[in-house]
Amino acid sequence: MQQLISLRVDNTPGALMRVAGVLTSRGYNIDSLTVARTLDPTLSNMTIVVSVDSDSHDDELLIKQIMRLVNVVEVVDLTDSQAVTRELALIKVTVSPDMRPALLKEADIFRARVVDAAPTSYTLEVTGAGEKLDALIGLLHNYGDVEMIRSGAMAMARGPQGDHRHTFAKASRVRERDREPVKT
Amino acid sequence: MSSLMSGSQILLESLAREGTDIIFGYPGGVTLPIYDVLYDHPIRHVLVRHEENAVFAAEGYARTTGKVGVCMATSGPGATNLVTGLVDALMDSIPIVAITGQVPEHLIGRDAFQEADTFGITRAATKHNYLVKDIEELSQIIHEAFHLAKTGRPGPVLVDITKTVLTGRANYYPATEMKPLRGFHVRLDPDDEEIETALQFLWAAERPYIYAGGGIISSTASEELREFVELLEAPLAHTVMGLGGLPSDHPNFISMLGMHGSYAANMGVTETDALVGLGVRFDDRVTGRLDAFAPNARVLHVDIDSAEINKNRRADVGVVGDVKRVLRKLNVRLRETKESLGSHNREKRAAWRARVGGWKRQHPFVDVYEENEIKPQYLMKRIDEISNGEGIVAVDVGQHQMWAAQYIRFNHPRLWVNSGGLGAMGFGLPAAMGAKFGNPDKLVFAICGDGGFMMSLPELATIASNKLPVKIIIMNNGWLGMVRQWQELFYNRRYSSVSMDSFPNCELLAAAFGIKGRSVDTPGELETGLQEALAEPGPYLLNVNVTREENVFPMVPSGGAVNEMILAPPKPVAVGD
Repeated sequence: MQQLISLRVDNTPGALMRVAGVLTSRGYNIDSLTVARTLDPTLSNMTIVVSVDSDSHDDELLIKQIMRLVNVVEVVDLTDSQAVTRELALIKVTVSPDMRPALLKEADIFRARVVDAAPTSYTLEVTGAGEKLDALIGLLHNYGDVEMIRSGAMAMARGPQGDHRHTFAKASRVRERDREPVKT
Repeated sequence: MSSLMSGSQILLESLAREGTDIIFGYPGGVTLPIYDVLYDHPIRHVLVRHEENAVFAAEGYARTTGKVGVCMATSGPGATNLVTGLVDALMDSIPIVAITGQVPEHLIGRDAFQEADTFGITRAATKHNYLVKDIEELSQIIHEAFHLAKTGRPGPVLVDITKTVLTGRANYYPATEMKPLRGFHVRLDPDDEEIETALQFLWAAERPYIYAGGGIISSTASEELREFVELLEAPLAHTVMGLGGLPSDHPNFISMLGMHGSYAANMGVTETDALVGLGVRFDDRVTGRLDAFAPNARVLHVDIDSAEINKNRRADVGVVGDVKRVLRKLNVRLRETKESLGSHNREKRAAWRARVGGWKRQHPFVDVYEENEIKPQYLMKRIDEISNGEGIVAVDVGQHQMWAAQYIRFNHPRLWVNSGGLGAMGFGLPAAMGAKFGNPDKLVFAICGDGGFMMSLPELATIASNKLPVKIIIMNNGWLGMVRQWQELFYNRRYSSVSMDSFPNCELLAAAFGIKGRSVDTPGELETGLQEALAEPGPYLLNVNVTREENVFPMVPSGGAVNEMILAPPKPVAVGD
């Protein structure tokens, strides 16, 4: 099964390496990983899609291993939640002159925008859930050669702001109190 | 308070503020500025003869004193030589701060002389690591490094510092307050609800069995553990990391459990209905085949690292917290409820204790003695008699390590020093050095196999140079004994690359380093050698030639169930049979 995790990490050199390192050293395969800064310049957001064995407790273990990282500030497991998930793709497709209107119509159905046009090809930009992108790409193969770049998924929990912890505690089965601050 | 200082001065002041009184290290090009400050600094620097041994020595110091061990190496090869020791400390949760020099900032990424990506290489070898490029951050980072190394589950933290920082100048502001680390949270205290759940679990048990590990040592929970064991009146086995947590002479102590644990320890864990894991991680050397481990038991697992709960064995009750605090709370409730809740299974518990006691009596570790040769088990028994549960014993890795764990008693925590998780050969001698520096008044043995000794041999120079009275005992069987044992049992006696021939003459070797030593071949000579070693005020190298082909038993074959132990060598078959 695919696990969808959203992280807030310190915006410091090496933070990405640490997260990717946990995934590889524990034997997980990363399907996609996106990272970019947030409104708070000291934090970055990461969305990770990773394949885990659904029979084991891999999902829980993975979350806990990531939580151990000192640079990881927050972990939200969005796998079983109603998160908004979006992905962006840039698709270059070769197309013969007579098929160009048909292609544009179909692109329109998927709300894909033309971002570049050349005599023998179009470049489209499309966002959406992964399945929508898959469907469009499948169709475009009927027109000609397809070249494609995808961003990987980014995800955000639904509901009011600051609801992450709730989502985290519910979805990941990792008790929130495991992460209480240090008391000495 | 502030004053203008060099980065190297700031580093050493910061280390001193954290309580560092000794650094194990090896200098090099980019750490020259640090060594210039060390030249007349109150912090003592011990020059080891290989950087790997700097970490091992710092570990020996940390494991026996409970303080953070500090080691230092230069950039490139110096830093990469630390890696084995860092992983060792990571596996065994030992608090270490490692300082490495890095090439000047303008050379980073240019493949400069002695440049290595220390930050990248040690990412997976440390609990956390830093690359310091800004001198203003240095004192704060050193403060954080110590905090991370010793807080929660302890571990190694590496701080890589560019030469630019080391030679730069800045105002030194002592880091007195911890800047909150927003991603580092440790849960120390369990809540009452968890304690009550655990209490129900414990009193429901008919055959409780306690399995306690290194967490007991690192959280200094020995007293609490003893009380817990006595309140619950349950048998206890230690992992190889836990030995000394409960005194070996305590009546409830069985032995080590696992691959080379005793019959009683492994049968106990197989038959228990309530397994209490305290500061343990259900390591494969303990569990054997996981689905056959404690097959009849519900599990209560206490650990400070939530990632350990449910990692290998599903816990019926998981408690995340400092095991000392958890046991304190549990002990209060156990005492309060002993007469009420604790009474109904009392007879069943007593019968269980008797059963485990019976196993222990019927299957002790074998007591072997030969007139004309030294059995390795006999050697360990003699060391045990001399130490009497009070001496520090640092061991290397292999057969001697297992025999030492089986035969030598430890009546206090922090006496037993071994590379448990990583099994790093070459650990014993430098670890004993670090232990002796930290405990000058205690008797310190380094017990090594002939293989591991050869890996750390250059440290004889460190020992000689510091006149460090470590009693080095080589259990010499002429092989990499444990590998040979596996080749004997599982590879048809095809002894492939395990002979340790051309071993040096130890009397000459010791003399070459200017220390005393001798080789012994019989129990009589062993006695003389041991007496000489103890009488000698300085270091002593005792090479003990033992029975060549002796195997460690009991043994759970790799991947086997722990109750399917090989208990003893097969009986010899007479020729003609």
